[in-house]
Amino acid sequence: MDVSQFSLEGKVALVTGGSRGIGEATAVRFARAGADVAVTSRRLPALEEVAEKVRKEGRRALAVETHVGRMDQLQPLVDKVVAEFGTIDILVNNAGTNFFAPAIDMDEKGWDSVMNLDLKGLFFLSQACARVMREHGGGKIINISSTSGYRVQVPTGHYSIAKAGVIMATKVMALEWADYNIRVNCIAPGAIDTRLYDAIFTLMPEEESRLRKQQAAERIPMKRVGEPREIADALIFLASDASSYVTGQAFAVDGGSLLR
Amino acid sequence: MISPRFSLEGKAAMVTGGSRGIGKATALSFAEAGADVIVTSRKLPDLELVAEEIRGLGRRSMAVETHVGRMDQIQNLVETAVAEFGRIDVLVNNAGTSVVWMPALELEERAWDSIMNLNLKGLFFLSQAVARVMKAHGGGSIINVSSVDGLKPEANNSAYCISKAGVVMATRVMALEWGKHNIRVNCIAPGFIHTRLMDSRWDVDPDNRGIIEGKILLEGVAEPDVLVGAMVYLASDASRYQTGQTITVDGGYMLA
Repeated sequence: MDVSQFSLEGKVALVTGGSRGIGEATAVRFARAGADVAVTSRRLPALEEVAEKVRKEGRRALAVETHVGRMDQLQPLVDKVVAEFGTIDILVNNAGTNFFAPAIDMDEKGWDSVMNLDLKGLFFLSQACARVMREHGGGKIINISSTSGYRVQVPTGHYSIAKAGVIMATKVMALEWADYNIRVNCIAPGAIDTRLYDAIFTLMPEEESRLRKQQAAERIPMKRVGEPREIADALIFLASDASSYVTGQAFAVDGGSLLR
Repeated sequence: MISPRFSLEGKAAMVTGGSRGIGKATALSFAEAGADVIVTSRKLPDLELVAEEIRGLGRRSMAVETHVGRMDQIQNLVETAVAEFGRIDVLVNNAGTSVVWMPALELEERAWDSIMNLNLKGLFFLSQAVARVMKAHGGGSIINVSSVDGLKPEANNSAYCISKAGVVMATRVMALEWGKHNIRVNCIAPGFIHTRLMDSRWDVDPDNRGIIEGKILLEGVAEPDVLVGAMVYLASDASRYQTGQTITVDGGYMLA
């Protein structure tokens, strides 16, 4: 049985938002597929735990504390990863944040906090990694958008705007960096069982929260939320040679929720 | 150790248009990933060769002659597959044609029908017949082959473009309705892949070849095996939370 087109053997990956949820599942599964993995987020202790899990898969790991929403922290992050592993072959832009705010009440600080992390930091970290990839014959950048990038969820319009921006950023970067053999693609997760998803329901009493979660799952054609590892496997497809002719693309992994 | 979720071990797959090009490459890649494969098309001798190659990879295979554009041949195809393998876990609706290069002002009904019957109507009714089998067996994965021509129009190719756009919407409708049966339906939109269909197109449209190939950002015109990664991914459990989606595999052509 030969599925070697999905191997990441010998590749170096950097995963942002790597301390939990989708980022953690991605780091561990990338390691299982053969990659050395650097993980970054603002939570160094949690990152160190993920790095240990990567090492348990027999791969090298590096944990770097970074706020990807701070532009002056991006180059030091890239420099550290390159110093440790020699290059960066795969970048997964997974770090993201969200909060509730109706558009009519949104303030500048709130806007900036979402945009800086979810879009601006994604762009400038991609740029910094692309400069490395260009010197090393190519690479893969995978952006994490959201079903919210296709369809508005109220009251998180700012998140939808950022995530729609991520989809367009994917196309722009793919177009401009194809000549460097850099492929750039995007996954839009739907409702995935993570803390970010749970946070939607924590503002209500527990009984109501449980009911709302059930109702939300019912509306999904596949009748359930997804697991982080189901996103991670899609990322393996995009990180590996299996997708060598795919660039500038975005697709959802959402159990069909966009279909309604 | 690559995730076992990418394996097709123990699965039975059906590939239409399986005698050459994209269908043949897909069928062989499925066999390499561990699946038993039924291939169908109108060319039995060519299908038998593909089935032999699959057996050479250590998997079971069967060649069934069918015109997927003839609705009365569909049930027989499905029943033959189930009689042989007991189930159908993966269906790849790859059979397609673009026999006509004609301005829309001149396109005749017969040409429209021949393209629509195979590319869209047959795709729908075969999916329906296979979905009934999948539903009884706890689920499955259907992969429809559209085209970049289903996403962006091309002059002189109206019926083909319309049929391929229909395939994208058929994917979404089927995914919406059958998600609750654990049947996932996704779509691949290839760009300009080097096949006989492509060659015959350049025969009638040589002037556009340079323009189109110039828009492809990666590697120029590609061989059918550039699609097999997406095919195996969508057929396997690795994509088990993905449904109703279209993955374009075009070397960046749509971006230019």
